[in-house]
Amino acid sequence: METILSAEKLNLYYSDNHALKDITLPVPKGQVTALIGPSGCGKSTFLKTLNRMNDLVDGVRVAGLVTLDGEDIYAPDYDVVGLRKRVGMVFQKPNPFPMSIFDNVAYGPRIHGQRDKKALREIVESSLKGAALWDEVKDRLNKSALSLSGGQQQRLCIARVLAVGPEVLLMDEPTSALDPISTQRIEDLIEELKGRYTIVIVTHNMQQAGRISDRTAFFYRGDLIEWGETDTLFQTPADKRTEDYITGRFG
Amino acid sequence: MEEKLERKATRRRRTPAEFIMENLFLLCALASIAAVAVITVYLFVSGTPAIFKIGAKEFLLGTVWKPTEGQFGILPMIICSVVSTVLAVGAGGVIGVMTAVFMAELAPPWLTRLLRPCVRLLAGIPSVVYGYFGLTLIVPLIAKLSGFAGNSLLAVIVLLAMMILPTIISISEDALRAVPRAYKEGSLALGASHSQTIFKVLLPAARSGILSALVLGVGRAIGETMAVILVAGNTPQIPTSLFDSVRTLTINIAFEMSYAEGLHREALFATGVVLFLFIMALNILLNVLTRRREKKNA
Repeated sequence: METILSAEKLNLYYSDNHALKDITLPVPKGQVTALIGPSGCGKSTFLKTLNRMNDLVDGVRVAGLVTLDGEDIYAPDYDVVGLRKRVGMVFQKPNPFPMSIFDNVAYGPRIHGQRDKKALREIVESSLKGAALWDEVKDRLNKSALSLSGGQQQRLCIARVLAVGPEVLLMDEPTSALDPISTQRIEDLIEELKGRYTIVIVTHNMQQAGRISDRTAFFYRGDLIEWGETDTLFQTPADKRTEDYITGRFG
Repeated sequence: MEEKLERKATRRRRTPAEFIMENLFLLCALASIAAVAVITVYLFVSGTPAIFKIGAKEFLLGTVWKPTEGQFGILPMIICSVVSTVLAVGAGGVIGVMTAVFMAELAPPWLTRLLRPCVRLLAGIPSVVYGYFGLTLIVPLIAKLSGFAGNSLLAVIVLLAMMILPTIISISEDALRAVPRAYKEGSLALGASHSQTIFKVLLPAARSGILSALVLGVGRAIGETMAVILVAGNTPQIPTSLFDSVRTLTINIAFEMSYAEGLHREALFATGVVLFLFIMALNILLNVLTRRREKKNA
């Protein structure tokens, strides 16, 4: 199994709070890795170390190693802009920009220097198709993105990330703000995207992790308790805490 | 209908103390409305007859203001007010919005904490002090650098640009801080740099707030009197360069009101009417902008 992203002995501190403790987790290429665990266990924090979005938080300190294709992404001269192009992120709450549907998707290519109108149109179309949104919005690309439903907005945000041409998609509880039908559509979409993209998804919903992921990692109080094939982890958890969590004894 | 009656019934059950307080509040609220109404009516009653006596065209488009010879053309003053306001808001707007971006996005918190009271202090300085500052510093500086007399359109613009800074900075900063953090995160996560995020996402998202700031700046600049009177030179002529001595609408009123009589005095009131119409148009514009923003946020 080829590993694309990998954390080795990763430690993260918010000022004095030791939020991630010695995390070692390889992320296999082309697969869906789910991060589960109770609130405040560090799974979202871990996700944000993978594209360095934690840089935005004051007082964050990271020790250890995170590598993308073997390169240390926390090296002092590492190109963060290039990293975020390769490792895209979808947030918990859909966050389309207050501009048209077209401009939302074209935003990434434009800031990365794509000026050609024809090329932009093609990128927008293929990205919206990739996010299974094209048929619903193709007649109103100039309408405000805020006029879409929550589920459509989230798929637009996925299209916006796809437009930059990433290799890895990080998703931070992408369906927690959505209704069941929109959730279903996002899950179908993740099914379609895997293989072409490596996906790391944080979820509170264990059924969701079971349905869509190849591998699952269980976080608890800043520790990575265990990780492995999703089926194995759910059927024969090695650790008592994992078993308690997935059987719903706490959470 | 029934509901209305019921509400009336409950209102009658108020205690006397409640009744007195409520009407006291009402009275206070009416006082400010009355003040606006009285000023408006008084201004129009004293000002509009002059416009008809002089002739609207001669008054608004006349280029010569010589009250002693019966010539009352205020076009030079209109042009000067509009030009100085537009250029001042242009210069002050760019500097102010950039300062707001710096305070909201770039400055370390301790520097923002230092800057904000400075900006507020700038807003509290009496305009005559600004005028004095302009007269003793800006005017001589312009004279030295240009070779002309320093009392000029340029001095007015520089001074007005400084005076509107606090308004523009604080309102733009609020508008920028009100932009959801999720927009910024979304942009950075796509690999945008901080300055790309500022120019392509944050400023456009704060656009209506910034526009309101600019409109308020225009209102302040066009109505300013005491400061500009000290640096403008006060010659009623259509300026052909930045170094010409000029007179704004406000100066025209303040300068001559103390000795004007008869039609001359009425013409000054009429100048006030013109100024009033400008301000009213700005207020309507501001209302439209605010309403549009509220609609967008809803």
